[in-house]
Amino acid sequence: MVRLTINGATRDVDVDPETPLLWVLREQLGMTGTKYGCGVALCGACTVHVDGVATRSCVLPVSALTPEQAIVTIEGLSPDGSHPVQQAWLELDVPQCGYCQPGMIMAAAGLLAGNPNPTDDDISAEITNICRCGTYNRVRAAIKLAAADSDATQNG
Amino acid sequence: MTRVQLSRRHFVASSAAALGGFSLGFHVPFHAKAAADAAPAGIPEINAWVVIHPDETVVVRVARSEMGQGTLTGLAQLVAEELECDWGNVTTEYPTPGQNIARDRVWGSFSTGGSRGIRDSHDYVRRGGAVAREMLIAAAAAEWGVPAAECQVDKGVISHPGSGRTTTYGKVAQAATTMSPPAEVQLKDPKDWKIAGQPLPRLDTRDKLTGKQVYGADLVMPSMVNAAIKACPYFGGRIASFDAQAVTGMPGVQRVIQVDDTAVAVVAATWWQARTALDALPITWDEGPNRDVSSASIQVMLEEGLDAPDAFIGTEAGDARAALAGATRTVSAVYAFPYQNHATMEPMNATAVWTPERCEVWVPTQNGESSLAVAAEAAELPVGQCEVHKIHLGGGFGRRGNFQDYVRQVVRIARELPGTPVKLLWTREEDMLHGAYHPTTRCKLTASLGPDGQVDALHMRISGQSILASVRPEGMVGGKDPVVFQGLTADNPEGSFGYTVPNLLIDHAMRNPPVPPGFWRGVNLNQNAIYVECFIDELAHAAGIEPLAFRRRLMANHPRHLAVLEAAANGIGWSEPPPAGRHRGLAQIMGFGSYVAAAAEVSVTGGQLRIHRIVAATDPGHVVNPAQVERQVEGSFVYGLSAALFGECTVSGGRMEQENFDSYQVMLMDSMPAVETIIMPSGGFWGGVGEPTIAVAAPAVLNAIFAATGKRIRTLPLKNHDLA
Ligand code: FES
Ligand code: FES
Repeated sequence: MVRLTINGATRDVDVDPETPLLWVLREQLGMTGTKYGCGVALCGACTVHVDGVATRSCVLPVSALTPEQAIVTIEGLSPDGSHPVQQAWLELDVPQCGYCQPGMIMAAAGLLAGNPNPTDDDISAEITNICRCGTYNRVRAAIKLAAADSDATQNG
Repeated sequence: MTRVQLSRRHFVASSAAALGGFSLGFHVPFHAKAAADAAPAGIPEINAWVVIHPDETVVVRVARSEMGQGTLTGLAQLVAEELECDWGNVTTEYPTPGQNIARDRVWGSFSTGGSRGIRDSHDYVRRGGAVAREMLIAAAAAEWGVPAAECQVDKGVISHPGSGRTTTYGKVAQAATTMSPPAEVQLKDPKDWKIAGQPLPRLDTRDKLTGKQVYGADLVMPSMVNAAIKACPYFGGRIASFDAQAVTGMPGVQRVIQVDDTAVAVVAATWWQARTALDALPITWDEGPNRDVSSASIQVMLEEGLDAPDAFIGTEAGDARAALAGATRTVSAVYAFPYQNHATMEPMNATAVWTPERCEVWVPTQNGESSLAVAAEAAELPVGQCEVHKIHLGGGFGRRGNFQDYVRQVVRIARELPGTPVKLLWTREEDMLHGAYHPTTRCKLTASLGPDGQVDALHMRISGQSILASVRPEGMVGGKDPVVFQGLTADNPEGSFGYTVPNLLIDHAMRNPPVPPGFWRGVNLNQNAIYVECFIDELAHAAGIEPLAFRRRLMANHPRHLAVLEAAANGIGWSEPPPAGRHRGLAQIMGFGSYVAAAAEVSVTGGQLRIHRIVAATDPGHVVNPAQVERQVEGSFVYGLSAALFGECTVSGGRMEQENFDSYQVMLMDSMPAVETIIMPSGGFWGGVGEPTIAVAAPAVLNAIFAATGKRIRTLPLKNHDLA
């Protein structure tokens, strides 16, 4: 039995502790918003937050996690799609097929949490998720929009 | 494991429940016959395209598949435009391929490829909307006892100005189902469009932001089991043996199943367990007849074709061979384009349940009807006893159209487990090793160059793989594959050659290596544009004439080709020198019915390429949603530039060498240029937008690299070249 804290809730999961977090989320917990793209930490489709840090869950065995660590998935980023990153994504209508987008959004939210006003170079260096549909420019614009909106919120 | 034998009705209902808000197809009664009769019980279907709920919700049926390209929104806009409904009330659903067959293919083709979603169906979907509108108005008029011609409609509200009465679509929908459809309807002039032609947001965005959007890989059904598979990675090879005993005791493992003579699957409670066991499964492959095939051997094969005497002629004017033989000055160059994998972000997958009487498949597919045909064959059941439910695709790009190998596999596995839903998901490695690869070709171009830069003769010899020969031989014409000549044929509305050369020969020496080829977003336009547009740039350089002026002289008879080229050049500021350290290149072509051009601005510093900007101009005739066209153009550049910068599948020992994104690199955010999109619809025709602009990104960049470095890159990808 493995104990995890996911989106604020304690979850006890009966699973081989070597199972990657990605598959525990998708299969044991039925949270399929986090996607499988490569399985080897190359594409970012499986990005979640672990203690606020964007993390590729496909190579993270649940045995490496403690019950105290806060895991946040796309389902828990906000209760209703209202996180500033999701709002910016909606405003700019970013997704195409959408398969990479939960990972993109989690990576972007992770970036902004640590760096509220990222430069273009910061974005290029930090967002290394693969999007085969080619949403990169809108992802970049949406990150900047989310940054500006959070600024406005904080100042207002 | 407990295997629950579900009754069919229970199965359908509980699947829908398990999928939450995912309603596409699931409310459909199990029997195709019943489905043929009507929409969901009590909800009025006005016609095949339009269902209207009492609460005014308008359900537009969309036959083509949504894979990110926005066709769902665009097609709904066209129906809604003629329907005159309130766009805010519009939702969409997919009819099933089984329903299409049961209703004499009332929805036409389900095939979603070749950038055809809008351009091939705009007429009949608009008619569907217009007919529904007339029936709704007729129902209101009948209720009021007034002539229908005296009634008006705006945003789903019908009114009769003479009497001041009003009603709504939702209120008259039931009565409208009994009205006879008008024999003739007049479609609006696109000038008068209010919903179509607008940059409306996509209808399918919200669920993609919260993880709610269900893809095929995400399906969960009651008592479902999971399968992971390995097919023989050697082209033409098969299974020699495997040792199922070695994994039978592993956690969750239920079955090890051979699939045809080429693959073996492990079925387990979870996919991770299936995959873990599959990795531990000892398998011996019979490598088959192609053990000695390699990229090097394929290169030799294709190079032989460059000068071979026999070739299929695609385009011919005058006598190019004679003109070249007599020319005082000729320029010649050889280009090459490697194999590419589609690498959709969602790996191939499908879910099936099979019983001796019935087979159902849930699958992200670009062609539900192909999926159905393959499912029926694999199920060994009549098509009428099978059904396919389409699911949004996590990328398609051509991989999920003609090729339904994963559907065949999942049905063969499901046959071994009657009544149990089986989800098959490929690993990325499986996806990379079993592509339907963008074919490899080489091209030798030879042109005469007159003293003032005139091009009197051009011979373009393409040598390499035909897609149709392998995938759709019925499309061949006298042994020739016409698709090889995309963008290079005279007077072809699909893609005509934009230059006038009096003595012109474009021919194809077909050389088919034993590697399965497929339609890859942009198809043969990709490399044809590189060959032509880089070579034209070479000729301009050899003639000492600036490349735009050089092209203009050859394009006088091709005003639409020239118009997009001029627009792209203007957009980048071609007539002014670029900023210090930056260099520019141009390209144009016509494909998928649209005229496209690009102008790229790059810098090369210490061998490091940076693509700063690309201005793209496209003339697709008509535009249904300019915001989606912009996204398609940007996205197409990522696809095209990914191939140009990094993309290459190489063959060694009769199999592909690349298995994941470490060796098959793709473009990331850091190499993405700014993209400016100019949309200039000139009317009078309908062209596609998902693919054509891919083709101009690479040659525009390659020509800019030449301007920056003096290096002519003739073989891709760029990562294999030193630009320093
Ligand atoms: S699935 Fe984890 S990085 Fe690709
Ligand atoms: S939106 Fe399709 S892969 Fe990114």
